[in-house]
Amino acid sequence: MSFLLANSSSDLAGTALFYVFAVVATCSALGVVISRNIVRTAVCLLLSLLGVAGLYMSLHAEFLAAVQLVVYAGGTLVLIIFGIMLTHNPNLKPFPAKPLEVILALGLSLAMASALIMAILRSGMGNRAPGELPPYPIQSLGEALLGDYLVPFEIISVLLLAVMIGAAYLAKARRKQEGRP
Amino acid sequence: MIGLNGYLIVAAIMFCCGLASILLKRNAVGILMGVELILNAANVNLVAFNRFSPLPGVQLDGQIFALFVIVLAAAEAAVALAIFLNFYNNFATVDVERADNLKG
Repeated sequence: MSFLLANSSSDLAGTALFYVFAVVATCSALGVVISRNIVRTAVCLLLSLLGVAGLYMSLHAEFLAAVQLVVYAGGTLVLIIFGIMLTHNPNLKPFPAKPLEVILALGLSLAMASALIMAILRSGMGNRAPGELPPYPIQSLGEALLGDYLVPFEIISVLLLAVMIGAAYLAKARRKQEGRP
Repeated sequence: MIGLNGYLIVAAIMFCCGLASILLKRNAVGILMGVELILNAANVNLVAFNRFSPLPGVQLDGQIFALFVIVLAAAEAAVALAIFLNFYNNFATVDVERADNLKG
């Protein structure tokens, strides 16, 4: 896909791809809000993540697109689907949402969206030219991660270890004391 | 070629969908999905600003921030799901309306 975008004569293809991925990302984000069924919500989230990966691709962030597919779509979303599976209780009827709450939430979100879009359109950043591309993007990323960003990189590895231990502990702590209700 | 505005508007719409689903969903996992949408919108902004950076030379800071955000989102989802499992073991539901033990 990036070989399509790299060529300046294929601007049209790049624009079309941007629109396809933008429509996929935003429409399935709307689907996350609208759908009542939690599994359908998860599928909409998956489509939205795939659209965002495409947007990264059209921004020439190929490594980030791959990470998005592997870590988000392949890891986090599977974790969420396991969470849905383990916490689903079909016997319990959900509380219906109060109409006032729905109106307030939708009004707040729509106001936020219109304010953000107005601010973006008035900011005058739209005519910025795209910057220089690194000749070897992944090499540059790796050098930055192990150079300028070495300390955050190492801190994040410690954080991941802590999260792994903490999540395993939290998820199995209660089961010893009492059976599942 | 699409400019910076296109990406920013897509990210703004995704952010507001995430906000709406955090406010509207009763299922705790649905709220977590709203948080993921918001983090993705922030990531799109970071990568787009990185691509359209006015600074001279090759810029990669935005992409590295986005990488860190993806890692933190994965960690957050793991801890949140562990908490939801505990909550489910105690209340047999993940409906956030039922988490009112501390209500006076």
